[in-house]
Amino acid sequence: MLEVENLVTDYGPVRAVDSVCLQVEEGKVTAVLGANGAGKTSLLRTISGLEQASSGRVSLTGEDITHTAVEDIVRRGLAHVPEGRGVIAELTVEENLRLGGLWRRKQSASPQDMYELFPALRERRGKPAATLSGGERQMLSLGRALMGRPRVLLLDEPSLGLAPRITAQIMALVRQLCDEQGLAVLLVEQNARSALSIADTGVVLDLGRVVATEDPERLADDTDLRHAYLGF
Amino acid sequence: MTQFLNLTLSGISTGAIYAAVALALVLIWRATRIVNFAQGAMLMFTTFLASVVIEAGAPYWVGLLAALAGALVLGVVVERVLVRRVESAPPLNAVIVTLGLLVLLEAAAGMIWGNTPRSFPAAFSIQGFKVGGTRLLFSPNDLFVVLVVLAVAGGLALLFRMTTLGLRMRAAAFAPEVARLQGVRVGRMFTIGWALAALVGSLAGVLIAPSVFVGPNQFDSILIYAFVAAVLGGLDSPLGAIVGGVILGLVLSYVSGYEGSALAPLAALVVLVATLMIRPSGLFSSTRERRV
Repeated sequence: MLEVENLVTDYGPVRAVDSVCLQVEEGKVTAVLGANGAGKTSLLRTISGLEQASSGRVSLTGEDITHTAVEDIVRRGLAHVPEGRGVIAELTVEENLRLGGLWRRKQSASPQDMYELFPALRERRGKPAATLSGGERQMLSLGRALMGRPRVLLLDEPSLGLAPRITAQIMALVRQLCDEQGLAVLLVEQNARSALSIADTGVVLDLGRVVATEDPERLADDTDLRHAYLGF
Repeated sequence: MTQFLNLTLSGISTGAIYAAVALALVLIWRATRIVNFAQGAMLMFTTFLASVVIEAGAPYWVGLLAALAGALVLGVVVERVLVRRVESAPPLNAVIVTLGLLVLLEAAAGMIWGNTPRSFPAAFSIQGFKVGGTRLLFSPNDLFVVLVVLAVAGGLALLFRMTTLGLRMRAAAFAPEVARLQGVRVGRMFTIGWALAALVGSLAGVLIAPSVFVGPNQFDSILIYAFVAAVLGGLDSPLGAIVGGVILGLVLSYVSGYEGSALAPLAALVVLVATLMIRPSGLFSSTRERRV
């Protein structure tokens, strides 16, 4: 579904993503793990077109999207939920949701669908997103991404700053979406334990390079790797 | 009492013009965080266009349409050719570009149409309404100006609140990167924002032209007052632009009427300084200043 080959991203003289290769299959979760500064967010931003790749290739369902504009990548079925949740604070909850489905026109999901998925948002529908709690913002951000019925979802640190209970709910929902709708998810997380609990594949990044690509169980069993890169 | 009523009505009418130009400034500020110092010159240019069409024998309304059409084109060209190159650059670059455009348009207008101000017809009678034997300083044309500005403000509110285009434009203005991730073509939204602002400004130019005449520098003071109105209302608030415009119109009308028109610019400066000292974000801004 999504394939990344030898992807390189440079910020001036600094190489943030260094020859990264990975794949995300339909209905599967690939978790990208690593410490701060490992290049996880830069990797997602390059895949979704927010940063220009210096070299390498990104393809979505076989089509090269490496140098495609962000707006066109979105229209090919890739949704990116950015770090820090990325809700537009000045818009209401419902406006944020509608925004996510505008490009799909009549084929978009409806806000009602999202209220069923995230009941907490229903009663806040007319309120500015600025008034939401961290967990509600994460739900809104995820719901907005799902409004366009994407085929691939990039999730950047969805657990950041959230209570463990909310994090568990969001992770369970992501797994459910993969299993029931065949969504392909590329999940970037510092919370390795939480990400591995729902992942089919784990990719460990360090200083922009892939240092391991393994089954979650094997990653969790590898004591050296866990201590060196995953912090548990 | 009659004088107070006259000054109030006159203030509302002039304030409506300041409000319209302030609205144009706010539209651009919200979309691109640029203060368009060329707004006055842009509306001057399109008002000249209307003047040429009307002097050629066309009806007033055809002249108005020509100005509006010219404004749309001018707004698109300015954004695409000049502003897009500095949208991501340091703010000073945009200031220099819009100031340069102001000088360019005023010089070009002087070369094409001359520097002597020319008269401009009004849409309706400029003779004041008569109430109980007293003729007010408020004419059918003034009423037309107020109604048109209210209609434009209402139309823009509907556009932004009730349409998908408005939702896209607001998203692009508030969070361009997030908007792009939702498939919004942000550059196109900025272009539409500039075109809309030029349209509103152009309308204000045609509406005020019968009072100030048309010349390359005739609209400079309008831009300054509109800027004060926009700061007073809050640079990112369309509602603030309308309220700020009317408040400033009233203040300047009272000062001119009771103390003499020479003090009007000073009064505007006092309003600007007081706003910046007491409430720097303006009356209706959604953003708040940070105390340090």
